[in-house]
Amino acid sequence: MPENQEVIEQPPSREIIAPGYTFGTVTDQISAVVLTKKTPIFWMACFSVGFGLLLLFLLAVATLLVKGIGIWGNRAPVMWAWDITNFVWWIGIGHAGTLISAILLLLNQSWRNSINRFAEAMTLFAVACAGMYPVLHLGRPWVLYWLFPYPNSMAIQPNFRSPLIWDVFAVSTYATVSLLFWFVGLLPDLGTLRDRTSSRFARFAYGILAMGWRGSARHWSVYETATLLLAGLATPLVLSVHTVVSFDFTIAIVPGWHSTFFPPYFVAGAIYSGFAMVLALAIPLRSVYGLQGLITDKHLDNSAKIMLATGLIVGYSYMLEAFTAWYSGDVFEAAAMWNRMTGPYAFAYWSLVTCNIVAPQVLWFKRVRSKPVLLFLASLVVLLGMWLERFVIIVSSLAQDFLPSSWGNFHATRWDWATYLGTIGLFLFLFFLFIRLLPMISIFEVRTLLPQAKVDEEVRS
Amino acid sequence: MPQIFHHSTNTFARITIFGAIFVIAFLAWAVVQLDRSAYVTRATQVREQPVPFSHAHHVGGLGLDCRYCHTAVETSSFANVPPTKTCMNCHSQIWNNSPTLEAVRASFRTGQSIPWTRVNDLPDFVYFNHSIHVDKGVGCETCHGRVDRMPLTWQSASLQMEWCLNCHRQPEKYLRPLPYITTMGYQPAGNQEEIGRRLMAEFNTPDTRMLTNCSTCHR
Amino acid sequence: MSDSQKDLDLAAVRGALGARLDGARGREYWRSLDELAATPEFREMIEREFPRQAIGWSEDEDPVEGRRNFLKLMGASLALAGLSACTRQPNEQIAPYIRQPEELIPGRPLFFATAATLSGVASGVLVESHEGRPTKIEGNPEHPATLGACDAFSQASVLQLYDPDRSQALTLNGEIESWGAFFGALREALALQKTKNGAGLRILTGTITSPTMASQLAAVQKLFPASKWHQWEPAGAHQERAGARLAFGQTFNTYYNLANANVVVSLDSDFLASGPASLRYARQFAARRRVSGGQTEMNRLYVAEPTPTPTGSKADHRLPLRSGQIELFAGALATALGVAQGPKSGANADIYKWVGPIASDLKKNKGACLVIAGEYQPPAVHALAHAMNAALDNVGKTVFYTDPIEANPVDQIASLQDLVKDLDAGAVDLLLIVGGNPAFDSPVELGMRDRLKKAKLRVRLGLYDDETSEVCQWQLPETHYLETWGDARAFDGTVTIQQPLIQPLYNGRSPLEVLQMLTEAPDARAYDIVRNYWAAQYAGAGFEAWWRRAVHDGVAAGTALALRTPSIQGANIRANAEEPRLGGTFEAIFRPDPTIYDGRFANNGWLQELPKPITKLTWDNAAIMSLGDAFRLGVKTADMVELTYQGWKLRAPVWVQPGQIDGAITLHLGYGRTRAGRVGTGFGFNPYGLRTSNALWSSVGLEARKTTGSYLFATTQNEHMLDSERHIIHSAGIEEFRKNPEVIQESAESPPRSLTLFPEWKYPGYAWGMAIDLNSCTGCGACVVACQAENNIAVVGKDQVRRGRAMHWLRVDSYYKGEPTKPEIYNQPVPCMQCENAPCELVCPVQATAHSSEGLNDMVYNRCVGTRYCSNNCPYKVRRFNFYLYSDFETPSLKLLHNPDVTVRSRGVMEKCTYCVQRINAAKIDAEKQSRQVRDGEIQTACQATCPTEAIIFGNVNDPNSRVSKMKAGPLNYSLLAELNTRPRTTYLAQLRNPNPEFEA
Repeated sequence: MPENQEVIEQPPSREIIAPGYTFGTVTDQISAVVLTKKTPIFWMACFSVGFGLLLLFLLAVATLLVKGIGIWGNRAPVMWAWDITNFVWWIGIGHAGTLISAILLLLNQSWRNSINRFAEAMTLFAVACAGMYPVLHLGRPWVLYWLFPYPNSMAIQPNFRSPLIWDVFAVSTYATVSLLFWFVGLLPDLGTLRDRTSSRFARFAYGILAMGWRGSARHWSVYETATLLLAGLATPLVLSVHTVVSFDFTIAIVPGWHSTFFPPYFVAGAIYSGFAMVLALAIPLRSVYGLQGLITDKHLDNSAKIMLATGLIVGYSYMLEAFTAWYSGDVFEAAAMWNRMTGPYAFAYWSLVTCNIVAPQVLWFKRVRSKPVLLFLASLVVLLGMWLERFVIIVSSLAQDFLPSSWGNFHATRWDWATYLGTIGLFLFLFFLFIRLLPMISIFEVRTLLPQAKVDEEVRS
Repeated sequence: MPQIFHHSTNTFARITIFGAIFVIAFLAWAVVQLDRSAYVTRATQVREQPVPFSHAHHVGGLGLDCRYCHTAVETSSFANVPPTKTCMNCHSQIWNNSPTLEAVRASFRTGQSIPWTRVNDLPDFVYFNHSIHVDKGVGCETCHGRVDRMPLTWQSASLQMEWCLNCHRQPEKYLRPLPYITTMGYQPAGNQEEIGRRLMAEFNTPDTRMLTNCSTCHR
Repeated sequence: MSDSQKDLDLAAVRGALGARLDGARGREYWRSLDELAATPEFREMIEREFPRQAIGWSEDEDPVEGRRNFLKLMGASLALAGLSACTRQPNEQIAPYIRQPEELIPGRPLFFATAATLSGVASGVLVESHEGRPTKIEGNPEHPATLGACDAFSQASVLQLYDPDRSQALTLNGEIESWGAFFGALREALALQKTKNGAGLRILTGTITSPTMASQLAAVQKLFPASKWHQWEPAGAHQERAGARLAFGQTFNTYYNLANANVVVSLDSDFLASGPASLRYARQFAARRRVSGGQTEMNRLYVAEPTPTPTGSKADHRLPLRSGQIELFAGALATALGVAQGPKSGANADIYKWVGPIASDLKKNKGACLVIAGEYQPPAVHALAHAMNAALDNVGKTVFYTDPIEANPVDQIASLQDLVKDLDAGAVDLLLIVGGNPAFDSPVELGMRDRLKKAKLRVRLGLYDDETSEVCQWQLPETHYLETWGDARAFDGTVTIQQPLIQPLYNGRSPLEVLQMLTEAPDARAYDIVRNYWAAQYAGAGFEAWWRRAVHDGVAAGTALALRTPSIQGANIRANAEEPRLGGTFEAIFRPDPTIYDGRFANNGWLQELPKPITKLTWDNAAIMSLGDAFRLGVKTADMVELTYQGWKLRAPVWVQPGQIDGAITLHLGYGRTRAGRVGTGFGFNPYGLRTSNALWSSVGLEARKTTGSYLFATTQNEHMLDSERHIIHSAGIEEFRKNPEVIQESAESPPRSLTLFPEWKYPGYAWGMAIDLNSCTGCGACVVACQAENNIAVVGKDQVRRGRAMHWLRVDSYYKGEPTKPEIYNQPVPCMQCENAPCELVCPVQATAHSSEGLNDMVYNRCVGTRYCSNNCPYKVRRFNFYLYSDFETPSLKLLHNPDVTVRSRGVMEKCTYCVQRINAAKIDAEKQSRQVRDGEIQTACQATCPTEAIIFGNVNDPNSRVSKMKAGPLNYSLLAELNTRPRTTYLAQLRNPNPEFEA
C-alpha cells in the first residue's frame, strides 16, 4: 500500500487527514452522505440549477438539429467558434481528474486518496460534456458514423491524415479508460455501501454494481494490480489527449494556430483549468458536508501549488506565442498576434491574460492559499480565463487570416449561450447525482491514510 | 448479514463482461448486413408497373435489341424509357385490343405519359452516364443482369458504391467487345482478364485513378 | 435535382417543343402540362390565386424563420435523405414522351438563340434548354452586342422567368378574370373610341425598338387617328438623344469601336459596364490592354466621374469630378483641342491641369482616339463629345452614327408630361400601359401614381403585379421574353427574332399580342404577328430560308442600320458652362442600380444578392458620399441622413465611399419598391422620390443632415485597403514593365516544390488550370451570376449575407490603393484555387474533399458531414457552408430552374467551385466517345463563358500549347498567397497601368 512517512512529521494543521479519525468514523462520515435519508438543501439547490440548465440544453440541441448550425453565430470565416471552444475547455477540465488518480497514484502522492474519487467523476462528466460538441458542431450529425472506420458499402474509409479522426480515437479512448478506472476504483466502496445501507433496493443496486466484491485478500491483490495497470494506461492519456486536441489547430495553416509548441502549452492549460475545477468543487462540498477533516487545507494548498505551476507554464506559452510571432518574421503570423492584442477581440485577450497570469500570482502567498474562499474565487477566475483563452485562439485567429477581403467578426447568438450553459447544466446534473448516490471520497483509500494503518504495518514488518 | 445474491451471480457477473463483447460485435455485424440487404438496396425486388411489361417476352422471346426502345443509350447519359409511340409501332397492329395494353392506348389517345416506376434508380447525387459505359464495352447485362429472363423487371445489382467501384477499380474483369454490348448471357471467348486488358487498350480506357476520382460520379 | 422534379422536366419538354414547332397550341398544351406534371404542388401553383399567397422561396430575413418554415423542414427531410448515403430509395416515376420530338435526346441539353432586352435594346443570348426547361443563359457569339459574353441582367433573367411572384392571373380590381372577359371589355371600350377617332385612347410603353411592335402601333394610329402613344423609360437614353439633336439638329444613334482607340476619354461614362453595347466595348477595350507574347502596347483610359464605377477602376488616370463639373471639363478639353472657345483656366485648377496632357495625347492619336460622353450627362456634354470626335476625325474610325434604333425617338419627358396634361384634362378614356412601372419610376413632381387614376379605364400588361398594377383596374399577366415570339434591335440596329423556350407558365400574353387586340386582327398569335411582319418586309423569294436562319442564328441578316455621317452644327457647341455653385448643399446624382437597374429586377434574388461593383453592397442602395462630406456631416457608414430636395424628403443610410468626389451624393434608383414581390419589397429607399423631370440624373441643391437611427447593411467585403505586406494584387506601370519584364516575378515569391512533406501528385492525363487576367477584369460581376445559375447556388437573403453566409462560389474582391480620396481601384475575382497542396483536403475527416487525378479539389456534397474544418484551413476562404437549408426544394417553378447536372446541396454541407466539373465531364465523355483528347477551349467554365473581357481563361495546363498554359508562362503570372506553397491551379496575371508620362511632370 502507498505509504508516506513525512506526512506524520508535519505539523497537525498541515496533515492530509485530521487527527482523531478511526476506520469507523471515516467510513461513517463518508457513507453517511450517501446513505442519509434526508437530502440537504444545498444539494437540492445545486441539483435543480443543473437540471434546469439541462432542460435548456435539450431545447438548444433540439433546435439545432431541426434548423441547423445557422442558429449559432458561426459564419465565414469563423467556422468554428463557441462549439470547439467549449469542447477544448471541457476536455481540458477533465485532465485534472486523470492526473490526480493516475499520475499521483504512480508517484505515491497519498494525499490524492481523499480527492481522487470526485476528481475522476469530474473527469468523466467533463468528457461527457466535451464529447457533445464534436457531434453537435457537425453540419449533419446524423452521419457521424462516417468518422469511424467500419466496413461500409461505400468502400471508402475516413481520412486518417485529418486531426479530427485522431480526436475521435483520442477522446473515445480517454472516455473509456476514465470510466473503467473510476468504476474499478468504486468497487470496494460499493461493497461497503451494499453492506451498510438499510434500504433493500439500495442494497440490491449497490450489490449489482459491486459485482460481488467481498474484500477478500485475493480480491484486494487483483484489485491493486488492476488499478496500477489502469493507472499506467491512463497516465499517457493525460498527455496524449490534449496533445491530439491541440493538433486540430497546429496542423492547420491558420495564422495563430500553426505552431509547434501547442501540445505542452495545451496540456499545461488543461491541468491548470482542471485543478481550478477541482478546487471550485471541493471547497464548497467539504464545507457543506463538513469534510474539512478529510479534504484538509493541505489538499487545497497542494492543488493551489499545482495551479500556480501550470499557470506559469501557460503564461510562458503566451509570451512564447507573442515572441515567435514577432521573431518568425511571418507577415500573417505577426498580423494575427497583433490583431489578437489590438483587434476586435483585444478585450477578450487582455482579460484572459489577467485571469490566467496576473490573478493567479496571489497563490504565491500562503495566506491566500490557506483561505478557502479566496482559493475558490481564484479558481473560478482561472476557469473563466481558460475558456477565454480557447475562445481567443480559435475565433480571433479565424476572424482575420490571410485575405483581408474575407475578414469577418463572430457574434454569439442566444443559442450559443444556451448550448454552453446547457453543458454546464449537464455537468452539474451528473455531478450532483454522483454526490448523492456514490461516495464522493474513496473510503478505503482514505482509511489507508490513518495513522492506525501505519501502525498496523509497523507491527507486521 | 444475509446474502442478497446467490453465489452463482458471480459467474453471471463474469459472463456479462465477455457477453457484452459478443453482443456488440453481433449488432455491428447485423447493421453491416442490413446495409447490404435487399431491403435497403431494393435489388431483386419487382416494382409495381402500370403495364406488366415483360422484358423476357420482348428480349428473350422476340429477341428485340435493347436499343430498339432505349434509343438514347449510346448518345445520352439517360437510357430513355421509350415514348408511347414506340409501343404503338407494333401494338397498333398486334394485341391491339388486349385489355392489359389499355393503359398504353389510353396514353396514346389522351397524350398522357405512362407513369412507369423507376427500377434502376440511383440517388440524385450520382451522375451515371450510359453512353460512355456502353461505348467503352460495359454490356447492358453487366449491370442490369439477364433482362431477357425478367417477366417483370427488377434491379439486379445492389447499385451501391462498392459495387460501382468493383468495376471502376478493375475494369478488365467486366469489359466485353462492342458487338456483344447488348448480348444477354455473353461468355468471354477465353480469359476474361486478358480480353479485358486488351479491350482497355483498344478503348484507351482512362487509368483507374481517373476512374475513381470523386468527381467522376459526384458533382 | 430530385427525381420528382425530373418528371416535371420531362413534362415541360412538350411545352417548349410545342412552342417551337407551332405557336398556336399554347393553351391546350398548357393543360396537358398541368396533367402531365400531376403533382399537387404543381397544380397548386397553377391554380393559386394571387402570387402573394404563393409558397415563399427566399425571405429577406433568416431563411428558416417565418411562414414557410414548416414546408422548409418537410423539404429538408427529403433533401437530407437525398444527400446521405445508404438510404433506401423511395419509389420514383418516369414520365416518358408520347411522341418524342426528333431533335431532342433526353439527357442532352439544346441551345436556342434569342434576345434579352433592357430599356428596349436587345442583347443576343443563347439559352440552354434541358428537356424543354431553359436553365442557363449564355451570350450569342454571332450577336454584335454580346459577342458571346453575357451580362448579369440577362444571366438572371432565367430566374425571373420562374419567379413564383410573377403576375400569374389576369385580374380585374384584384378579382380573377378570363382573357375572354377582358377581351369583351376591351372591345366595348374600343367601340366607343372608334366613334371619336380614339381621342380617348392612350398607350404608354417603354422605349420600343421592335420593328414589329412599331408597325402595330402605326396600325393602331391609323385605326384611331386621334390616339396617342407615349413612352417613358426611367433609365433611357434621354440625354443621348437630346445631345445628338443639339449637335446635329436631329436624333442619331451613336456607337463606338474601341478596337481602334489608343486613347479613350470617358466623360462620366461607365461604357465598360452599362449601356446596350457595354459587353462589346468591354471586349474591345480589354483586347487593346492585353499584354502578352512581347506585345506591350496598351490603350490609355482617362475617366472623369463622381462615383467609382467599373470603368473608373480601369482608368489610367481617374479624375473625381462632380457630375455638374463634367460639362466644365468637357468644355475645357474642347477648348484645349480648339473645338470650342472657352476659358483656359478657372476656379477648379484640377480640370485645367488635366486637359493639357489629355488634349496633346488625343491630338497625337487623331483618328485613333475616342471621347465618350456619359449617357447621364446633359446634352451639352454629348454635343461637345460629338464635336471633339469630329475634330479628332474619329468619325467612321472609332465613332459611328446611324439613324435611331428606337421606333420613335421622342423626348420622353415631354411625352410623359403630355400624357399628364391629358390625364388632368380627363381626356383619357382608355389607358393601356405596356410594361414599365410608371407609378413607381416617373419623375416625382408628376405624381404619376395618383394621376394615372384619372384615366377612366386603365389596362396594365406587366410581368409583375406591381405598383402600377395597383392603380389599374385590369392587370394582364405578361409573358417573359423566354415564353414568346418577338423582335428587338441591338445597339447598331441589328434585329434579333426572339423565340420562346417554353410555353407561358402563367397563361400570359406578349405585348405584341395585346397590342394586336387593338387592331383589325385581334386574336393573332405572337408567332404569326412577327413572322407576317418580316414576311412583308422581306422583298423577293427565299423568305423561309432567311427566316429560319434569322431565328436559328439569333441575328437577322442585313438588319443593321446604315452608317451616317451627320454634320456638326457648330453654333450649338459652347464651352462656357458655369460651374454650378453648391452653396452648402450637395449635388444629387441619380444612377440606375448596378444590379437591379431601374427597379425592374427588384424581385430577382440573384441580382439582389450580387455584390455591387466596388462597394460589395447587397440587397440595398445607399446615399453614397465622400469621406470629406461624411466628416462634415458628422456621419459614418450606416448612419441615417435626411435628404431634402425642393421640399421632397427622404431618409437614407450613408455609405462612405473612397474615390467619391466631395459635394456629391450618389443615389442608385430602383430600391424602395412597395409592391415588387416577396423578394424585393421593402429593401433600400426610393430615390425616385427626389427625382424631378428637369433633373433626371443630377441636380444641385440637395440638402443632407444627420438624423437619428442607423442601418444594417449587408456587404460581402468589409476590408478594402491593400496593405503593403500582403502581396495580394501585383501591379506595375507599363513603362516599368517594358524596362524590366521580370518586375512582377521579382515581387512575387514562389517556394520550391520540395517544400511539402507529402509526396508530389502526378497528373498523367489532363491537368485543369485557370488564369485570371486582372488587367482585363472590370469587376462587373456577370461571372458571379453565371456561376450561380450554372451551379444551382442558393440565395440566402440579406440577413444571412450580413452574417457572412453568402453562398457565391466565385466572388470579386475590390481593393483600394493610395490615398482614400482618390484611390486606385483593383478588382480580383476569387474562385476556388484548386490547390495542388490543398490545405482543405488534408483536414477533411471523411474525404469529402479529395484530390482528383486532374488536379481538381473534388467536393463530394453527399459525403460531407459538415465539420467546416476545410473552410477554416482554406487561406482563400472560397468555401461556402449551408448553415441552413438554403436551397429551395419545394417551390415547383424553381425546381424547373435547376441545372440537372449539378447536385442541389442541402443543409449542413460545404460547397465550392469545382471549375464547373459537370462541363469538364461532359466534354471528356464526348471526347472519349470519339476517342480523342479534349480540345483546347472546348470546355468553358460558366464564369469564363460569360466574361465580357475574356479575363478568365481555363484549360489543360499539361498541354503547353493551350491558351491557359501560354498565359501562365507569361511574365505577368503570379499565384495568390504563393508563399503558403499551396500551389494554386488558379493564377492571376498582374494588373498593368499605362499612365501618361506628361502627368508626372
